[in-house]
Order: sequence, then C-alpha cells, then structure tokens
Amino acid sequence: MSSATANAPAEPRAYHLPEEPHLHEGHSTMLGFWMYLMSDCLIFAILFATYAVLGGSYAGGPGPKDLFDLNLIALNTAMLLFSSITYGFAMLAMEKNRISATQGWLFVTLLFGGAFLFIELYEFSHLIHEGAGPTRSAFLSSFFTLVGTHGLHVTFGSIWLVTLMVQVAKKGLIPANKRRLMCLSMFWHFLDVIWIGVFTFVYLMGVLR
Amino acid sequence: MTGTLTTTQMIFGRLTWDSFPWHEPIVVATFCAVVLGGAAVVGALTYFRLWGYLWKEWFTSVDHKKIGIMYMVLGLIMFLRGFADAIMMRLQQAWAFNGSEGYLNAHHYDQVFTAHGVIMIFFVAMPFITGLMNYIVPLQIGARDVSFPFLNNFSFWMTTGGAVLVMCSLFLGEFAQTGWLAYPPLSGIDYSPATGVDYYIWALQVAGVGTTLSGINLIATIVKMRAPGMSLMKMPVFTWTSLCANVLIVASFPILTATLVLLSLDRYVGTNFFTNDFGGNPMMYVNLIWIWGHPEVYILILPLFGVFSEVVSTFCSKRLFGYTSMVYATCTIMVLSYLVWLHHFFTMGSGASVNSFFGITTMIISIPTGAKLFNWLFTMYRGRIRFELPMMWAVAFMLTFTVGGMTGVLLAVPPADFVLHNSLFLIAHFHNVIIGGVLFGLFAAINYWWPKAFGFRLNQFWGKVSFWCWNIGFWLAFGPLYVLGLMGVTRRMRVFDDPSLQIWFVIAAIGAAIIAAGIGAMLIQFAWSIWKRKELAVEGDPWDGRTLEWATSSPPPEYNFAFTPVVHDADSWADMKKHGYQRPVTGFKAIHMPSSTGTGVILAALSTLCGFALIWYIWWLAGLGFIGIVAVAIAHTFNYKRDFYIPVEEVTRTEEERTRILAAGV
Repeated sequence: MSSATANAPAEPRAYHLPEEPHLHEGHSTMLGFWMYLMSDCLIFAILFATYAVLGGSYAGGPGPKDLFDLNLIALNTAMLLFSSITYGFAMLAMEKNRISATQGWLFVTLLFGGAFLFIELYEFSHLIHEGAGPTRSAFLSSFFTLVGTHGLHVTFGSIWLVTLMVQVAKKGLIPANKRRLMCLSMFWHFLDVIWIGVFTFVYLMGVLR
Repeated sequence: MTGTLTTTQMIFGRLTWDSFPWHEPIVVATFCAVVLGGAAVVGALTYFRLWGYLWKEWFTSVDHKKIGIMYMVLGLIMFLRGFADAIMMRLQQAWAFNGSEGYLNAHHYDQVFTAHGVIMIFFVAMPFITGLMNYIVPLQIGARDVSFPFLNNFSFWMTTGGAVLVMCSLFLGEFAQTGWLAYPPLSGIDYSPATGVDYYIWALQVAGVGTTLSGINLIATIVKMRAPGMSLMKMPVFTWTSLCANVLIVASFPILTATLVLLSLDRYVGTNFFTNDFGGNPMMYVNLIWIWGHPEVYILILPLFGVFSEVVSTFCSKRLFGYTSMVYATCTIMVLSYLVWLHHFFTMGSGASVNSFFGITTMIISIPTGAKLFNWLFTMYRGRIRFELPMMWAVAFMLTFTVGGMTGVLLAVPPADFVLHNSLFLIAHFHNVIIGGVLFGLFAAINYWWPKAFGFRLNQFWGKVSFWCWNIGFWLAFGPLYVLGLMGVTRRMRVFDDPSLQIWFVIAAIGAAIIAAGIGAMLIQFAWSIWKRKELAVEGDPWDGRTLEWATSSPPPEYNFAFTPVVHDADSWADMKKHGYQRPVTGFKAIHMPSSTGTGVILAALSTLCGFALIWYIWWLAGLGFIGIVAVAIAHTFNYKRDFYIPVEEVTRTEEERTRILAAGV
C-alpha cells in the first residue's frame, strides 16, 4: 500500500476503464470446475475414510481375501486406464481441430468406459449372489458404497460424453464445446486417479490383509 | 418392508390420509392459518396480475442483486417459522412443572426442537449470509455479476426447495425427532421408522447442492472478477471474509452430503454404516457430521465479521485498524476451524491426549478472534463514531459475542465439558455467539445495506425499539439458561420434576416474549420504511461509505457500474472521494450481460419433487423426477445463447436519469 501511495502521480488517477474490458466467455469455467472436482474429491475422501474405519468389520462374514478376484480387477483397471489414454488422444485431435478423429477417440473412450462398468456390474452381481451384498457387514457396506460411487461417476461421465458427442456433431469444435470437452477430460482423469486409490487401498491391500 | 404392495401403495407409497396430523389441534390450526394466508397471497398476486412480473423479473432472473434479495426474503420467512418453534419450546418449558405435562406432547415437542435447530441453521442463517454475499460481493469488487449467473439462480431455488420440504413435514407426516444433527442409531430406521429423518435428509441434500454450488460460484467470482487494481490485499474486508467462508463451504458441505448419503443408505438399503450390529459404528457419524459442523459455524460467523469491519470503519469515518491482521486472522480461523471438531463430543471418551489436542486447538481459535475484536476497538478509538443503527448493532455484538466467546473457552476445557456437555449451559453458549454474532451482524448488515438495495433508509425509531428489545430479551432469555446449565439441567427436556427450577424458565420465557416484540418492531420498521420511502429516500452514498458498492447509484442499475472501476486502495470509494473523482456523464458503451433462464426453477422443482417421492417411498415418481432432472440439465446445455448486450441507449438513459437526480439533490 505504501509503495502505491509513494508512486502516486500528481495528476488525477484513472478511476474507471473507458472501454469495456473483454472478459472472454467462460473465463471462470476451468477454475469453477476444478473447485467442483475438489469438492467431489472430498466426498471420495469421506468414503475412503469410512472404508478405512469399517474395512475390517466383517461381522463374521467374508473378507476381501474370500471375495476379490484380482485378475478381474486387473482387467477392469486396464479398461479404465485405456479409456483415459484414448480420451487424451481425443483431446490431442481436438487441439488440431480434427472433428472426426475427436469423435472417433471419444467413441473408443465410451466403449472402454462401458466395458469397465460392465465388468464392475458383473463383479457386484457375483458378490451379491454369493451372499456378500452391501447389507452383509459394515465392510461390505463401505466397499459397495465406495466402489459404487465411483461407478456412478463413470456412468454419468458416459452420459455426459454422449451428450458432448452430439453437441460436437451439431456445432463442431467451437470454443464452448472445446471448453466442455476440457471439463469432461478433467472429470474423466480425476475418476482414473480415484480408481488408482480404490485399486490400491481396497483391492491390493485388501488381499494382503 | 412389507411383503406385498397394494395398488394404492404402489401409487402413493406410504402416503395415506392418516399422514396428515388430524389429531394434533395445534398443527391443524397452523395448517388452516397457512392455507388461508397462502390463499390470500396467491389471490392478491393473481388479482394484481403479478405472476408474470415475478416470473420474468425475479424467479428466472440471474441478476445477483435480485437473487440476493430473494435469499433474504427466504431467510426472513423461515426465521419467523424457526422463531415460532423457539417460543413454543420456551412456553412448554415454563409450563411443564408440578406434574403438568405442558401443552406439547413428546412426539410434537421433539419435532419442534429438531425443526428449530435445522431451520435456524440451514434455512435462516445460511440463506441470510448467502444472500448478503450474493448482493454485496460483486458490487464490492466492481463486477457486473457473479462468475456463473445461471448456477446462482439454480442454487437459490435448490435452497428454497429444501425449505419447502421442511415446511411440508409440518403438515404431511412428521419431522425428525432426533435433534438437529440426527445422530444414529436414533436416526436409523429401527428407531425412527417414520418420515421424519427422511424429510431431514432430503431437505438438507437438496439445499446442500445449492449451498455448495453457490460457494464455488462466489470463490470463482472473487478470484476471477475483481476490478483492475484490486489485488488481494486491497479487497474490502467483507469480500475477504466471504472468500474464506466460501472456501469453508466448498471444503465442508461435501462432507455433509457424503455423511447423509451413508445415513440414507442405512435407512433405505439396509447397509450397516452406523448401526449397532454387523460392524457398524454410530460414533463415526458423529465424527463425520462435526467435521462438517464445526467449519459450518465459521461459515456463518466469518461473513458477519466482515460486516462489522465495514460498519465500524464507515461509522468511525476512518480506515479499519489493522487491515492486514484482520485478513490473516480470518484465514487463521478458516484453517483452525477444521482442527476442533472433536470438542463437540469430548465425552465420546477418546482419551486424555486426543481431548487435550482438541481442547487446545479450540482455545487457540480465540486468539485470532480476539485480535479481530481489538482491531474493531482500535478503529473506534479516537474515531468520530456515529451511532446509527448499524453501529449500535456492532457495539451490541462486541459485548454479547465476547461473553459467548468466553463461555466457549470454558467449554473447551475437557473436564469442564464433561460436566456441561449437553446441558443448557451449552445451549446458552451457542445462542450467545449465534444470536450475538450472526443475527446481530445480519441486523447491522440489513440496516447498513438496505439503502443500497432499495434507495431509502430504514426508520430509526422502530429500529431502536427492535434493538433494545433484542438486547434485553436476549439476556433475559439466555442468562437463566447459563444458570440452569451450571445446575446440571440438560437440553431438550420436556417436563421437569424440580419446582425450584421453574422461575428460571419463566424468566427465559419472558425474555423470548421480549425478543418477539423485537422481531415485531423490526417488521414494523420494514413496513413503515417502505410506506414512507419517499421521505427516507437517499442517493448513492448515505453513510459516507468507503468501499466500492457505494460508488454506484442506490439501488444499483442492472449492470452495477456504467464503467468498470479501477481500484488504487483498500477503501477504494473513500480514496476516489478524496481524489475528487468525477462521475463520468458521457461516452457510455453497450454492456454485456447474462440472460435470464427458467431452467434453475424447473431443475430445483424436479429435485424437490424427487426428494418428496423418496421420503414417501413413491418410487415411480422418484424415478421419473430423477430422469426429469437429467433430461432438463442436458437440454439446458444445448442452449448456447446465454448472454445479451444492454444497448448503449439504455445505459445512457439510465445514467442521465441519475445525473438529473444528482443535480436536483444538490
């Protein structure tokens, strides 16, 4: 403050801009979306914490060692990681304004995401059939909630992805659509990061337990 | 829950004719009054053909000023409801002695104290502060609107949707009987099988979405849209405290959301998070809810600390003492508020070291808060103090809040807390800080910024009547609770055995009645001032303000500032006045603004419907509502045209009108 006063010139200061400043459209979108992601991250933090507290409460029921099939989970993890890579390719194509390549990679991403969801649903139904449903024990409650919430996110991400593909088809790669693709990109990679946590803390460490 | 469903149950879930509380005469009478009053309002709106105006100019508006005012109206309406609950409790407790059961049965009384807490925090304090921040922050930073105007409108309607659900519970089914934080296992399906806790959950979930989004919105606004020259350390203190409060919102409301999701899974799906058996852990809920709950307390008070800073500095006609320390104190409180949650349940028995840690962090918070108080006092020292209404509320706050803060430090000592936990001493303490801090701050803010929002001052006489009623009433109502709490009386009691306690409850009830008179005086103050608005009219800057919101007209035009202001000082408007700033009268340009949309109203209405259906187990309607939400949200994204230009002629006309008024006034 003192430096500002010291530098204050004798002539009257300008107290307004003569022209409208050009705030480009969507100037806050990335920041806002980041904050949304961080708030979502907190939801996952709570679910991870809950799992950490309750993950050992089997209530006489099955534990991770009895239930988890690491081969299946490895396959599933591969699906999600591949979908992140292909989303990255879609973004590279978008940067070069190549609409059909962008759409193609988005479609591949959607397929990988769908495969991930399919495998997860298979795993869930398998567990429920074995009598290890979410109501069996606190461990299974927190397991299904954490993994299921991630799956729900992937589901909504896929709906969003389809929406954006339609919008790109209708309007092309206009700035608004690029911004939206960028947001979904952050969302998609964010889900990947969460999954790494799930894979490590729930599945790998669960089998070690 | 049941084996076979009848067709009626398929269609209406568990909603039946008996869901309406016919056997509760008090509720039936309230219902009749609400229906008659509601019919009168709807009739009047229809008769005066105001629906179109309200829809176009208010409900669908994305103007942060109008949304701010709507938040304040929502807060005021819910305040009357929450206060009605309070006075019912005071009456019951003053009455139920010597074998008398009072006039409220246990089922009703338990709902009343739960509803009082939930409404006062979520649907009074939160809308009030969100409304205030919404209205003032963009003006203080020289912006035209918030970063995400549509989200702002949507947030408001989600908050309203939550309030609607709470009000529904009065007449359909019941509200929770669990206390305002709905601790399990009491709030689990085994002990609360009826709709009460479900109303609680969905009201908070719907409103919580609104709160989180408005938090994100205001942070982005403050970070991205400040006027040129306004570096962080040149932001007005109210903007600073709003920024910190919104950071707290974004970093704590998701915790509430997740915790309530877990509770609803326990209730709806039968999971075992917080149950007594199958490995569940009820104390985890208590931990989680307070990890949200304690920051929430600071979400409520921080913006009001900002209000007092603005008010004290304006009415002492000098720069705020210790601006920098004020900013750092606010940020320190923001961080520390996450490290104290366990002091709400020292009696959980985490052991001496854990309790000591949380006791000490709690005491540490009083240091930055104390620094703030000294800053306000030093601002007043040798200032030319004008005891207008906002300044009176600020002084009342300093006296009341300090006492509340000191009893808080007493409670922070774990051994003392073991004695005082869940006693009326605690009730007296938190009302002392919430009424003395949050409410007094809101009253200061309303009196201070009313001329900004409406272009006329509030009547002084009725304002002073209200002020004295509130101050005297407050101490009469809560002083006795301190005494009773020290004698070991616990909270949420409906009847009492010991007749010697009655006198204290009678005094408290008299205090509540005086507060009621204070509220009445305030309503008269509003009505009287609106009636006499021509005589009370003011131009842009009635208080000799110091920050940017006073640089434009009162009420401000839709676009806030004809030209984007340039800031050189923390007290930018005072600086502009000192340098003889001349308001520009020519050279106006067209102004780029966001357009109104009804999508927010529709989405919030669908969410509320969906919540209602979930409460009553009307699964088809819940499903339909949810699909509706997704469909409308997607359809909204296909609308790319969301802005317009206010033509230069209109800007010129508005500004020339102001030039004319200014010339006539001088």
